[in-house]
Amino acid sequence: MSSRHEEEPALVPTAVTSPRQSHQPAIHTERIALVDLLDRVLAGGVVVSGEVTLAIADVDMVRVSLRALVTSASALIRAGDDEEGPGR
Amino acid sequence: MEPNGTWVYAITERVDLTPLAQIRGVGGRPVRTVAAAGLTAVAEDVDLAEFGEEALRRNLEDLDWLETTARAHHRVIDAVAQQGPPVPMRLATVYSGDARIAAMLTQREADFRSALRRISGRMEWGVKAYADRQPEASDDSAVTAGASRPGGGAGAAYLQRRRNQLTAQKNARRDTLASAEMIHAELARYAAETRVHTPQAPQLTGIKAPMILNAAYLLDGTRGEDFAAAVAALADQHPGLRLELTGPWPPYSFAGTGEEGGLT
Repeated sequence: MSSRHEEEPALVPTAVTSPRQSHQPAIHTERIALVDLLDRVLAGGVVVSGEVTLAIADVDMVRVSLRALVTSASALIRAGDDEEGPGR
Repeated sequence: MEPNGTWVYAITERVDLTPLAQIRGVGGRPVRTVAAAGLTAVAEDVDLAEFGEEALRRNLEDLDWLETTARAHHRVIDAVAQQGPPVPMRLATVYSGDARIAAMLTQREADFRSALRRISGRMEWGVKAYADRQPEASDDSAVTAGASRPGGGAGAAYLQRRRNQLTAQKNARRDTLASAEMIHAELARYAAETRVHTPQAPQLTGIKAPMILNAAYLLDGTRGEDFAAAVAALADQHPGLRLELTGPWPPYSFAGTGEEGGLT
């Protein structure tokens, strides 16, 4: 069975907009692919060192293991697929 | 339930909360600010029953919860970014109270100021490249060799064909990686800074073609259009690749000074 996928346009710009003008929302937030968003909110952004997290006695700040998270996200996404499993 | 924690979205110099009044944050309470050291933390009071350490461990396993929360986090940061690029905090940065936040702002003032200077007037754009076309179709020799029928002399022809195929695949892979480097170098010319992220797994993108480039570019506010045009031109020059452009984003990938975006 040869499933040759159809030709797709070479450039598929997701959420491309022109540079923002004053206070016009730049991205249609709900349209952003979750995977791109997680790339940024989980791997990007500032991690304040000392990460007052659990390390500091107050237990006031919480930081999550990025790796565990992405793994679980990927496992969950795959669980919805009937493709090959995550190699458990 | 009484809020007993405070979720921090981003750090900026100052922010007008009026346009943020309509934005729904992670916990559904109004977004507010905590000021110290001439800096402003954009924050929201949250229940630790949902956003405390134990709850987070559980909730983050729930993809629906994660998606809702990630989008809400981004929504607030994006709204703040309308007034000027903020330094975004990583998802799930929760404090016990304003005093702790103020202490953090004071302690990290110099780092935040230098980060704010670097991102001032700039936004982040993302470019991903996929190697769309695999070299499987490149062995026209299969036809010209005429040995399509299995049998005696066909074996050698088959092996030769297979060898050609493997060589072609290897060359194609090499060319593809070279293309990715070229594309990144070309796009980097538009950027004040760049970050190369780990390519996303096909399981996450839902696209079978391997991702060969996942990069972020910090662009001056005026360069977005030129950059988009450059991406389109590069897509034309590399018909075997598929390019995706996203943005503008708040400068998530350029918020810190460390490799992981930390301010350490």
